[in-house]
Amino acid sequence: MSSKQKEVVITGIGLVSCYGEGVDHHWQVMGGEKAPDPIVDLDTVPPYGVHPLPEMDWALQIPRKDQRQMENWQRLGTYAAGLALDDAGLKGNEEMVSSMDLVCAAGGGERDIETDEAILKDAIASNDREQVLLDRLSTDLRPTLFLAQLSNLLAGNISIVHKVTGSSRTYMGEESAGVTVIQNAFSRIASGQSTHMLVGGSYNADRPDAILPHVLGHFLYSGGKEGVVERQKNGGGMRLGSVGAFLVLEEVEHAKARGATAYAKLSAVTSDLGKRDGEQGTARLDEMMSGMPNKADAVISGATGASDATQFEMDYLTKRLSDQVPVRTLQSQIGQSLEASFPASIAFAALALKNGGFYAPFEASEKPSPAEISNVLVTSIGHVCGEGFAMLQKA
Amino acid sequence: MSKYLDHKGRPIIAVTGLGAVTSLGRGVEENWAALTAGKSGIHKVKRFSTEGLNTRIAGTVDFMEPEEVSAPGISYAMADATTEEALTHAGFGKDGFPGPLFFAAPPVELEWQHRFELVAHSEKGEIGYDRMLNSAQEHKQEKMHNLIQLGTIAFRLAEKYGTRGLPISLSTACASGATALQQGIEALRRGDTEAALCVASDGSVTAEGLIRFSLLSALTTHNNDAPEKASRPFSKDRSGFVMSEGSAALVLETLEHATNRGANVLGVIRGVGEKADSFHRTRSSPDGAPVITAISNAIKDAGVGLEDIDYVNAHGTSTPENDRMEYNSLHAVFGDQIHTTPISSNKSMIGHTLTAAGAIEAVFSFKTMMEGVIPPTINYETPDPDIPLDVVPNQSREADVSNILSNSFGFGGQNACLVFGREVA
Repeated sequence: MSSKQKEVVITGIGLVSCYGEGVDHHWQVMGGEKAPDPIVDLDTVPPYGVHPLPEMDWALQIPRKDQRQMENWQRLGTYAAGLALDDAGLKGNEEMVSSMDLVCAAGGGERDIETDEAILKDAIASNDREQVLLDRLSTDLRPTLFLAQLSNLLAGNISIVHKVTGSSRTYMGEESAGVTVIQNAFSRIASGQSTHMLVGGSYNADRPDAILPHVLGHFLYSGGKEGVVERQKNGGGMRLGSVGAFLVLEEVEHAKARGATAYAKLSAVTSDLGKRDGEQGTARLDEMMSGMPNKADAVISGATGASDATQFEMDYLTKRLSDQVPVRTLQSQIGQSLEASFPASIAFAALALKNGGFYAPFEASEKPSPAEISNVLVTSIGHVCGEGFAMLQKA
Repeated sequence: MSKYLDHKGRPIIAVTGLGAVTSLGRGVEENWAALTAGKSGIHKVKRFSTEGLNTRIAGTVDFMEPEEVSAPGISYAMADATTEEALTHAGFGKDGFPGPLFFAAPPVELEWQHRFELVAHSEKGEIGYDRMLNSAQEHKQEKMHNLIQLGTIAFRLAEKYGTRGLPISLSTACASGATALQQGIEALRRGDTEAALCVASDGSVTAEGLIRFSLLSALTTHNNDAPEKASRPFSKDRSGFVMSEGSAALVLETLEHATNRGANVLGVIRGVGEKADSFHRTRSSPDGAPVITAISNAIKDAGVGLEDIDYVNAHGTSTPENDRMEYNSLHAVFGDQIHTTPISSNKSMIGHTLTAAGAIEAVFSFKTMMEGVIPPTINYETPDPDIPLDVVPNQSREADVSNILSNSFGFGGQNACLVFGREVA
């Protein structure tokens, strides 16, 4: 297959993070001589810091009647998808979007916090919890909210708002979902099963029902604004962040034919699942790395801060990469966005390659950037399990 | 070489293993016996109280022994059972499976029992998220954490059965089962792998789940006293679907791989078609265009003629909208031929197994071709004059079936159609 494998390029990026929205804005803020101070809200759900949603005018991408049918994670994703289509010059191009394949990475949606809390209070106070639950759920739940809880309704909303209808798939499974969407899109385009795709995910960290599942496993960092590696001296932990990240991936001839310019070439994506201890873990990552066609000049790391996973990744990168290769732990700056994190990392790598530069260190331990960067490795070592690598090259 | 390739020069996709669990029973054979006898698996919900609810029936699977009675617990138990059955059927043993897992995953999240448990374990903070957060901080809940990670079921299946690489969890709502197969088909056609394990499972009948679907007016409220009569696809008096549970697993291989290892080929997957709908979150385009395109794409992809399709395994949910839309779309594609082509809905007996439906119905479709028996559409007492179909009413029928169209549609504009074949060529 490799002999007739087609080249895959990134021709559009839609990005929303705590810093704001849009590729140009993100490069301005993050591509300078010094990384910005991380925007961390320590008061939303103390003691856990969160990289909050920036102030959004959803109406710029989403008609009001559609906004009403969505919760914020869907608005965020639909908005970022719109930015990516705009950026690729495909927004509103009916012929192109109606044949465009859509792949989303999504979690489980949002709950109505007020309703949950009111029902919980009444049920706990009652001696017939089950009946209170039935009665209250029947009267208090809003039908539209259910749709905000279906994982595939981010994709559904993108189809409705942006008319992307070639095909529609949604992948789940925390960070692995993000790896899967990129790998799936890459494989489909490289093999000729698709010519142009909209790919990405979104995550709204700014809510207690998002925080709670991670507190159950004691995965969150409750210190201050420390970066991913720096947190390790305090036992590590993740800091969630609201992120919307979508990419337009295209077969290179398809992009050329319509005069689109590429941010970067996506040249390989590999993934795996398995044990991380000792030699077995290293051997698995070596196998994944052997699928990368180039040596990395720089790394956008999806390290989450969760101690075991972060240690595993950093040990590996130290062992396998030259001292000179700068590693940037993106989550130090924009937080852990689970399903959206790998697409976001790919976006930041592509942005740097297009602008012919790289990012100043996000943490004190990170090395400065060399002058010339042509190949960027993107990593995702899931906080519980699942690993992914991708290689991006200058277009 | 060419005997292993299809009309487009792609690897022919063989199915070599099947597994199924529904409210009718455990295992393909038990299900098939009940299905061809026209039995219903729908019953009064016993898992939780339904006092005062409009819908008090479902096709719950109550005979598994899950680690915990919750959506992820039940879904895993069923997926584990069907995966083991399908792998054994295909002749894969303890050495693992030589390909990836594609898993249609049910929605999982913290459930009320978990919230109550968290609240009970702490005294700190106001009852609500504040209390639950404090409780979780005070007592690590590893098991609860694992249960509600969306990738957990696939990760566990992958580890237990030794599938290759990163397992894939997916959701396309009620089309998920078909999408899992589609992922396997595409991976095999790309040459990424020689074998793929496709599994779907849904054990999410909870009080909240039932109420949510109820609020969307999607569930039937009739026949709470005669549950087995509630699911009435294509009948004039159909009034909504019945929420159900189940799982299915299918082993897919390239025909070449299956032949070389001497596997018993049960049938082939000839084609798949998909088209997303941008009309509405829960309703299909009134003109049916996306569904029509999905069906046409599947048949084109399969390289068969319309006249080659001799049975349609319908999505047939028993909602007024779906069944009418499905008929109109089939009619648009097939013309009057559809009036004489047998079409039945397994959902008349097992209800709507949601995430798992497309995969379960695929398993039953292969059985239909292998056994030469079409399962009926039961409860067909009052034909809908607007849907003049041969729905194989009430009793199964012997028939020589060599090509089947199977439809799956889901909320969020999801439409996926598959074409199965009995003969390899």
